[in-house]
Amino acid sequence: MGQSEILIMESETKPTFSKSTGLPRKRFYRARAHSNPLSDSHFPIPISPAHVDFSLHFPKFVGANNEEVSKKVEFADIGCGFGGLLISLATLFPDTLMIGMELRDKVTEYVKERILALRKTSSGGQYENVSVVRTNSMKYIPNYFEKGQLSKMFFLFPDPHFKEKNHRRRVISVDLLDEYAYVLRAGGIIYTITDVEELGEWMRSCLEKHPMFESLTQDELDSDPVVELLCSATEEGQKVARNGGQTFRAVFRRIAYVS
Amino acid sequence: MEEPHIEEEHNQNKLIDVAPALISVHPSHKAIAVTVGSDLRVFNLIDNSPVTLVDESNESFHKDSVRAIRYSASGKLFVSTGDDKLVKIWSAESWRCLNTICSEKRVTAVAISHDDSYVCYADKFGVVWVVELDGITKKGVSLLSHYCSIITSLEFSPDGRYILSADRDFKIRVTVFPEEPLQGAHEIQSFCLGHTELDIWNLMKPSKRKSQLLIYALSQILLLQRWLFKGNFQGILLLSCDLSAHTLSITKVIQIPGESFIPTSISVSTSTLWMVSGASSGSNQPGYSRVRVVSCMDSEKSAILEDEQIPGGTKLLEKLQGKVSIEESVMIAASEAVRTAMSSLLMKKQYSEEKRELRKRSRNDKKTTN
Repeated sequence: MGQSEILIMESETKPTFSKSTGLPRKRFYRARAHSNPLSDSHFPIPISPAHVDFSLHFPKFVGANNEEVSKKVEFADIGCGFGGLLISLATLFPDTLMIGMELRDKVTEYVKERILALRKTSSGGQYENVSVVRTNSMKYIPNYFEKGQLSKMFFLFPDPHFKEKNHRRRVISVDLLDEYAYVLRAGGIIYTITDVEELGEWMRSCLEKHPMFESLTQDELDSDPVVELLCSATEEGQKVARNGGQTFRAVFRRIAYVS
Repeated sequence: MEEPHIEEEHNQNKLIDVAPALISVHPSHKAIAVTVGSDLRVFNLIDNSPVTLVDESNESFHKDSVRAIRYSASGKLFVSTGDDKLVKIWSAESWRCLNTICSEKRVTAVAISHDDSYVCYADKFGVVWVVELDGITKKGVSLLSHYCSIITSLEFSPDGRYILSADRDFKIRVTVFPEEPLQGAHEIQSFCLGHTELDIWNLMKPSKRKSQLLIYALSQILLLQRWLFKGNFQGILLLSCDLSAHTLSITKVIQIPGESFIPTSISVSTSTLWMVSGASSGSNQPGYSRVRVVSCMDSEKSAILEDEQIPGGTKLLEKLQGKVSIEESVMIAASEAVRTAMSSLLMKKQYSEEKRELRKRSRNDKKTTN
């Protein structure tokens, strides 16, 4: 049976999938743009990083017996939305495991289906290194990652929470940076971008205030291939470019504590 | 359909109002403090006399339930705090209120640094505040925060290098306590995870060795706690933890015969175990409290002391309990209040599926077809 025949068969049983590409269609995964990060979780939380079953996420990389794992997740996209950045990063870093975290369940479903479909239709066994998990990353990041596990963290176009009383719901704050500094290894990099100027200033000032982060120099920014992807790889970023909007980036490196 | 929801909410509101009685004994066994609701009662064990608290500030003692009390490691300071959003720091020698800190939210936990220079207190929004004990500061500065989780317990490690904070989302965070705490504690040493389905109610004094084994011990202790409470166990279990052998074993079971006694708070000093069972009544009536003592806790000679035998004797009971002897009927009636108070601490509030689904249905997630 040819590749296209398989696709058609599947899309007949899965009406939410496109017939031509075999990928899920966004129309059937609509969800509100905002989700309340304060509400108590109703999805399973792993008890500790040792309890996360990575063989479910990365079957080709990790054997069923988790103890033999030498590879650990290194990149985390917090609030990955529809998965644009992860998909681009997957082919750029084929040997690195990366995971997206998203609060909305419909959107997580979409990303899951997208990854599975891409894995099936890819010719070179690609996209085995990327996965998604539904969780509240503001509360449960230490449940997924060990100390110093990550080398890159991404916060692309986070919810601005404009009202001052909602500022504490922002995903970047000096207090939450303590936790992000904990899961990032020394030398690890945190990437943030937004199209809202006030939020951009807020994120930059939080990072500058925090004693465990220092800004990357312009040279370092220019030589990092990931920096370009921040604007171009995600659906949000593409929308901003289409509308001719400005983006505000803050890319910082995790350093050892300086009192 | 609506009625069971309203009743459930009403019951849950009642749960929050009842506060368990607390007890704290001076590290060198010089005095005992008990709180029932907003009433703070202290008895001096050296002079065998009740203590009158002196508060020169305008606020007269605590106006609402006291939720946390503690002696400093040196025994020179005592701190009490709770639902009235005040953190009161007392001298444990003169029992004068040295300072009253105003918190923005209700305080759930408190800890004093080993050198008596800082007090840390935590609120229901997960923020841990720190205050310098210079006698003048009236407001705390944010030290660290657990994102939107109620902080149930705060402790300093015995060497004073770390501060541990436990929350209702089953996490304990171990943070390096910096030299300049007013700048914030940003360096997280580790997290203690692995407590399944439980709330962290009482954080044991952490040992100097911060290893995985201690974390395992903690989670097993908590499992035991909840299982015991559900099984209506009334008493104290003494556990010994062998870190090198990875074992936790029950060394002793202490049960109070002859009365219905659910300990709501315990405090240990010089191998004497002090327990209190009690709760505030929610209204203006004085709450109920009953104090029991176990001597020589670790050795074979441990015994539950009768009222006349306890240090301080009947004078202590009169001060700390309100009266020397309590009628059986009062005790039985009060035990219901005590159970209510304890269950609100131990069980995380659960929202029923129906309530959630009802709220979800009222939201309009559908986009109009274009």
